[in-house]
Amino acid sequence: MPASIVPSSAEMLRFLPEIVLVIAGTLLMVLDPLIGGRSQRAFGHISIAALLAAIAASLCAYRNPGPAFGGMLVVDGFATFFRVLVIGVGILTVLPSYRFLRREGAEAGEYHALLLFSIAGQCVMVTANELIMIFIGLEISSIASYVLAGYLRDDRRANESALKYFLLGSFATAFFLYGVALIYGMTGSTNLAAIRGTLVSGASAPGPVFVGVAAALMFVGLGFKVSGAPFQMWAPDVYQGAPTPVAAFLSAGPKAAAFAIFLRIFMTAFQPIGRGWEPLVWISALLSMTIGNFAALTQSNIKRLLAYSSIAHAGYVLVALAARSDVGTAAAMFYLVAYALMNIGAFAVVSHLSGKGERFLRVDDFAGLASTQPGTAAMLSIFLLSLIGVPLTGGFFGKFYIFKAALDSHLVWLTVLGLLNSAVAAYYYLRILVVMYMREPGEATANIEPLGPGLRAALFIPAVGTLALGIFPGWILDFAGKASVLVR
Amino acid sequence: MLLNLLLALSLGGFLALLLIPRENHQAIRTISLGLSLAVFIASLGLAVGLRADLPGRQFATDRVWIESPNIHYHVAVDGLSIWLVILSTFLTPICILISWRYIQTRIKEFYAFLLLLEFGLIGVFVAQDLFLFYVFWEVSLVPMYFLIGIWGHERRIYAAVKFFLYTMAGSVLMLAAIIYLYNRAQTFNYPAIMEMLASGKISLSSPQQMLLFLAFFVAFAIKVPLFPLHTWLPDAHVEAPSAGSVMLASVMLKMGCYGLVRFCLPMFPGAARTCAPWIVILAIIGIIYGALVALVQPNMKKLVAYSSVSHLGFVVLGIFSFTQQGMDGAVYQMLNHGISTGALFVIVGYLYERRHSLAIADFGGVATPAPWLSTAFLITTLASIGLPTLNNFVGEFLVLQGAALVNFRWSVFAAIGVILSACYMLWLYQRVFYGDASAEVRTHVPDLNAREWAAVAPLIVMMVWMGMYSQTFLPPVSRANAQVLEQTKVNVQFRVKRPAVSTDSVAEVANAR
Repeated sequence: MPASIVPSSAEMLRFLPEIVLVIAGTLLMVLDPLIGGRSQRAFGHISIAALLAAIAASLCAYRNPGPAFGGMLVVDGFATFFRVLVIGVGILTVLPSYRFLRREGAEAGEYHALLLFSIAGQCVMVTANELIMIFIGLEISSIASYVLAGYLRDDRRANESALKYFLLGSFATAFFLYGVALIYGMTGSTNLAAIRGTLVSGASAPGPVFVGVAAALMFVGLGFKVSGAPFQMWAPDVYQGAPTPVAAFLSAGPKAAAFAIFLRIFMTAFQPIGRGWEPLVWISALLSMTIGNFAALTQSNIKRLLAYSSIAHAGYVLVALAARSDVGTAAAMFYLVAYALMNIGAFAVVSHLSGKGERFLRVDDFAGLASTQPGTAAMLSIFLLSLIGVPLTGGFFGKFYIFKAALDSHLVWLTVLGLLNSAVAAYYYLRILVVMYMREPGEATANIEPLGPGLRAALFIPAVGTLALGIFPGWILDFAGKASVLVR
Repeated sequence: MLLNLLLALSLGGFLALLLIPRENHQAIRTISLGLSLAVFIASLGLAVGLRADLPGRQFATDRVWIESPNIHYHVAVDGLSIWLVILSTFLTPICILISWRYIQTRIKEFYAFLLLLEFGLIGVFVAQDLFLFYVFWEVSLVPMYFLIGIWGHERRIYAAVKFFLYTMAGSVLMLAAIIYLYNRAQTFNYPAIMEMLASGKISLSSPQQMLLFLAFFVAFAIKVPLFPLHTWLPDAHVEAPSAGSVMLASVMLKMGCYGLVRFCLPMFPGAARTCAPWIVILAIIGIIYGALVALVQPNMKKLVAYSSVSHLGFVVLGIFSFTQQGMDGAVYQMLNHGISTGALFVIVGYLYERRHSLAIADFGGVATPAPWLSTAFLITTLASIGLPTLNNFVGEFLVLQGAALVNFRWSVFAAIGVILSACYMLWLYQRVFYGDASAEVRTHVPDLNAREWAAVAPLIVMMVWMGMYSQTFLPPVSRANAQVLEQTKVNVQFRVKRPAVSTDSVAEVANAR
């Protein structure tokens, strides 16, 4: 443990993104009663500014990487990668929220503050280097997102969504905490590297059964957070009830952060017992892909469809995890970026189309979007083709890297089943393309509002990003490749 | 550089069309026609510049696309792919011409998708990097899906989705096989992989080889389509707009045949030989079954679609005969089918534009009001049934000869298909063009206009040219096939001599400079 209790300035710098986000969140809450009546948009501007500053701070922190606060946090390539990802997800959530909040007449101040707190929590998660910090980050992020899920207080579905998310989420976190407690009891440490050291120490290593139980408990908690089967039940209900921008956020940000800690805990601390947990992840990956894709086939509500699709995509990332290799870690990291872009983009279109009170949420409501708003339809097509995994999109490269990693690790069956799954998935994404391009406009699309600047950016950035990842995946992949080494 | 130009022009055309205002219909049509003609003329440069004295790949470009994994933008043509590239560029302007009046909604998207399709098709035939090949393979799927789904007939959505899912289901396994090969070879470079396979640097056990072969084969067999994987084809052909049917039948089906010759045979020769008898049986079933089903179709497009199943059976038969004649015939038959079936779909499309029906029963006596249209159709019919001096004869003859060298019974059964093709095509011709012309036919079926002539005349010229003087086209094909055959004999009992792969890559290096 370090001699000095007072953190050095270098350590504070490494923690700067979280500081920026929390200060901005608090500022928003203070400003809410002061300017809330006059300008709701100002809150959005402030949170965008804060998020941009946080990205700058993360990059700044990365210039001087290292541990902070006695090794509780560590700023390295891996942490920075996920920090930028979750903050970027935040920006893409705020952009379509301008329109959404105005349309639903909801308070903007608290919404943005909660969003910033949640992102701050995710940043703590992805930089944490020991279990207690991970838990704290997880809770900060989760509690803010529980509230966000029920942000539309007067909406029954939103209430159901928030309550379900809260109850099941707390339950899952409790599982995680049990796992942490067991591990601490056995190894006397919560530091990931120290745990690993104890596990490989030979004679003094704790019994495999208890370690296995602890790992399984943590797996349950994390499985819930990433909506991997068999802990996926909550996702469709929560996504359906939550405000659409929040659903987009939940499906990308917290999920990415949860996968980050999943990778850190299982690849670093539990790496010595990898053979033990690999079958768990294998089964969970296969179940997630299969349940997600087959359930999505029959959905008529677009938010539920995307929820099941997000379960399936969690399955693909779990395949990368099951590979237990640096290539697998890098593939998971790349996929999470691609997935965040395409999924947030798709949700942004849903939010745009759904109209006041989110009335238009059926797949059939997309009918004729291509003739009334060709640009929006074209961008949604890019997202859907990417979700299918058609080449020249990020989604394709992501899948390609994942299955390459899986084959590298000789997971032949998982690869074959996963690829066949992705062919099944093509069907329900195509359904949306079909109604969009091949049907006449209906009530929802005939009177659709024009895209505002916020939505335009919220669609354009992910669309360009998705194509860029598909055509020039090199630099993200290089970074992920270098970062993946840090968590083994 | 020429190949890069072709790809850049077609992709650039797609992007350029997206920027034109959608109301400006005439400009959209003219620009896309001009661009596609430019691509065609440029592609003729390939035929002119193809050096006969150098075997193997020419016009090669090899640049790193992604460092790790090691993916290259590596394109080249050889005798096998050159005519398929030219076939794609030749048919695209024809498709634009026949869509001039046919397509009246969402004109901009239609032509944009057509050019994107051309880009994908050229790419498939020139890619020398397995990953790049897969990318183009899938990319060509998307525009065709939209062409069928948006501008097709009544059951277009069903047909489009079926088409997409069939192809996708086949190709994901191919992707798995490609990744597996990469993990073994650490490269996607096709010539390099071939060399490693030949020199034993990668040795595959026979079950491995069989699984990999099947993963590739199923993807290609769906696309060909080989009986019993053909069921998507009649739906897709019937529901697609004319231009879609033409591109689908003439070029997209050849992607599967091309894949068989290019990848399945040389990479997994042992497995290919083991499976060959079974595949040949499926091909012969396809030849006869396709012809019999075509015989009873009441719908013209469906008839032509099933005749494709029959014709493509010949191609597969020729390929899996593993003889020089059979394979030359198969490749020639790919081109012939592209020209003659393309022309059939073009003219059926003309009839549909006039009468708004595809049912044979709605026609009859068309020869009276439209003699030139009938003449064009007659020539195409004769070409399609394999009349000597027209193109299909050459291909079918070679295939039958090749098959007979291996097993005479194969040729006997396959020849039944030739006879049946005469039955269904001539009967179709009789019912549509002869007899008494009803009042609707007299008033609604005018003869060909200049634009329609412009689309169909080049096809007829090609039928005659390819039938009378096949030596223009066959020598490069034979050279490429000889090489494939040599590669295919590696690892089996009667290995002849050192595989030609190494000289091949030497030639390529020389070309790259």
